[in-house]
Amino acid sequence: MNNKKQNKKINFNFTFYLLIVPVLIWLIFMIVIPHAELLISSFLVEDDSGELVFSFANYIEFFNQKIYWLTFVKTAAYSIGVTLLAFIIAFPIAFYLTKVTSKRNASFLMLLLLIPLWVGELVTVYGWMVLLGDHGVINHFLMSAGIINEPINMLYTNFSMVVGLLYMSMLFMVIPVMSTLQSLDDSLIEAACDLGASKWDIFIKIIIPYSMPGITSGAIIVFMLVIGDYLAPNLLGGKNSLWFTEQIYNNFLQTFNWNEGAAFGFLLLMLSSAIIWLALKLSGQKLEKVGS
Amino acid sequence: MSLKTLILGAVVLSFSTTAMSKETLKIITWKGYAPKPVVTAFEKETGIKVKVTYSNNEEMIAKLRATRGAGFDLAQPSQDRIAFVQKKYRIYQPIDYSKVETNRLIDSMVAAVKKNTEVKSKSYGVPHVYGTTGLIINKKQAPEANDWSDLWNPKYAGKISYRLKRPILIGAAFAMGEDPFALYSDKKAYKALIDRVEKKLIASKGLVKNYWTSGDTQVEIIKSGDANVISGWDAKGWAIHKINSDIDFVAPKSGALGWIDTFAIPAKAKNVSAAYKWINFISRPEYAAVITNSEKYGTASKEVAQYLEASIKADFERSFSKADIDNIKWHPPVPAGFDAIESKALDRIKAAN
Repeated sequence: MNNKKQNKKINFNFTFYLLIVPVLIWLIFMIVIPHAELLISSFLVEDDSGELVFSFANYIEFFNQKIYWLTFVKTAAYSIGVTLLAFIIAFPIAFYLTKVTSKRNASFLMLLLLIPLWVGELVTVYGWMVLLGDHGVINHFLMSAGIINEPINMLYTNFSMVVGLLYMSMLFMVIPVMSTLQSLDDSLIEAACDLGASKWDIFIKIIIPYSMPGITSGAIIVFMLVIGDYLAPNLLGGKNSLWFTEQIYNNFLQTFNWNEGAAFGFLLLMLSSAIIWLALKLSGQKLEKVGS
Repeated sequence: MSLKTLILGAVVLSFSTTAMSKETLKIITWKGYAPKPVVTAFEKETGIKVKVTYSNNEEMIAKLRATRGAGFDLAQPSQDRIAFVQKKYRIYQPIDYSKVETNRLIDSMVAAVKKNTEVKSKSYGVPHVYGTTGLIINKKQAPEANDWSDLWNPKYAGKISYRLKRPILIGAAFAMGEDPFALYSDKKAYKALIDRVEKKLIASKGLVKNYWTSGDTQVEIIKSGDANVISGWDAKGWAIHKINSDIDFVAPKSGALGWIDTFAIPAKAKNVSAAYKWINFISRPEYAAVITNSEKYGTASKEVAQYLEASIKADFERSFSKADIDNIKWHPPVPAGFDAIESKALDRIKAAN
């Protein structure tokens, strides 16, 4: 009896360690060590003799060179804009799927929404190139229908870039909003209707406040995905769309200046975290609540 | 109990895989440089399994630098990107030319690559394939375009594209009547020249449809009709010509830019002998011709003529006159630190409005 109990305890410990070890290995080797190495290298600069010395020069360079911080400001502004657009498009979809259509329809439509994710970003980006090109599907259709005579320049503009970014990130707004809307009791809306509230009032005063945690977590995911994206700005974005991730890529692969690249990576991490923190403060949301 | 079987199973599995695994050769190279038929023939002859990773110059250097020259047994960087990288990061090992069947290769090319990849009296490269960067033109829409300067010719406004990388800076400099390669010994003068090129490309940015970014986007933009005058690689131009005869590669009047891609052996290669076997195998004329026939790149191997398709010769003669060939500007090795000058200029061009 006693022996058995002891055995059980050892067993528990063994499973506990068995489960905790992979997590720790993952955390330490995949997250802590690489980041620590990048952080250290971001503070190193090559001096004239080619020796690496400690310095803040990589960070100072970001603020000194107009092109770097201007690129970041542009990237951040576009990311906020795309997040806003994602909300405007995704919210009605989420509402329709949870409250309006039948369960069976909803799961089928959900499947359709998931398809772009299965195909992968690169393929969807090329799909948009086929659609938006000067001789692409949309222009061809409009021209053969006689609506326009000259092709509209859509591909390689900020417009096509925003379309691509929206398309790949929209779903990450739909799902969290759907999960909060699902728990919204329909009787709340009915009660408001009975008491004579207008549709707009119901939307602004009941639905939006209730689904705020979902909207906020969706907004954080979309914002992070977009600001850290490389493919869509690079392939769809055209000649003016210098994205901040491209600057990081260039530092690592074009100029082989890994130290500055590391510094830029940390700047992206810190500045985008700061933007999210600010947005949470302004909207009165708490990260713990949003995360749940 | 179940855990025990699991562990036992894992142990057995790992044993059996090690017992089964054959000798392997890991190559990091460009798309098309290790064609399937050649890989199969090599595996059959030597019993060595070949694993191919596709890459480009910048990525190859970054990957090997991250591992300090480990992870691959063979790399294929361009000859102008070896010496300064080797001096700084020591990611390659010297080539033992006694193990390379150089008699199969064009002598002048071997000598040139040897000289250009020399660091501390040891050389690091063996020539493999070569080609040029020039213009790909839709001759129906732009019959007169024939020089780098047509990339800022208002006649083709909105129908121009090029890759915003160092070749366009070099090509533009030649079109402006300068010789950027002659300034490789004078960093200050080179920077001044790149500044002038930058101004030119920013001023004419409005004429550009888009900057292409890869071999695929390059083909896409001219094939779709989104652009008519683009910078591009000869092999790509000829490949498109086969599908659409309006489009063809044109050697720019002020000089096409010649490149040679090489074999180089990473410093910590695990299977060096297999790497040499591969080099010698793929340099045999019958296999070298496979790459040229399918990808249209020129090969450094001798006596390939009998294995080549007739169209290859026709392609070359259509695009290059005798004068064009003599005017090819072969990339000399890039001095250290010059990429920073170019990269800043390229960033500013991309960000400019």
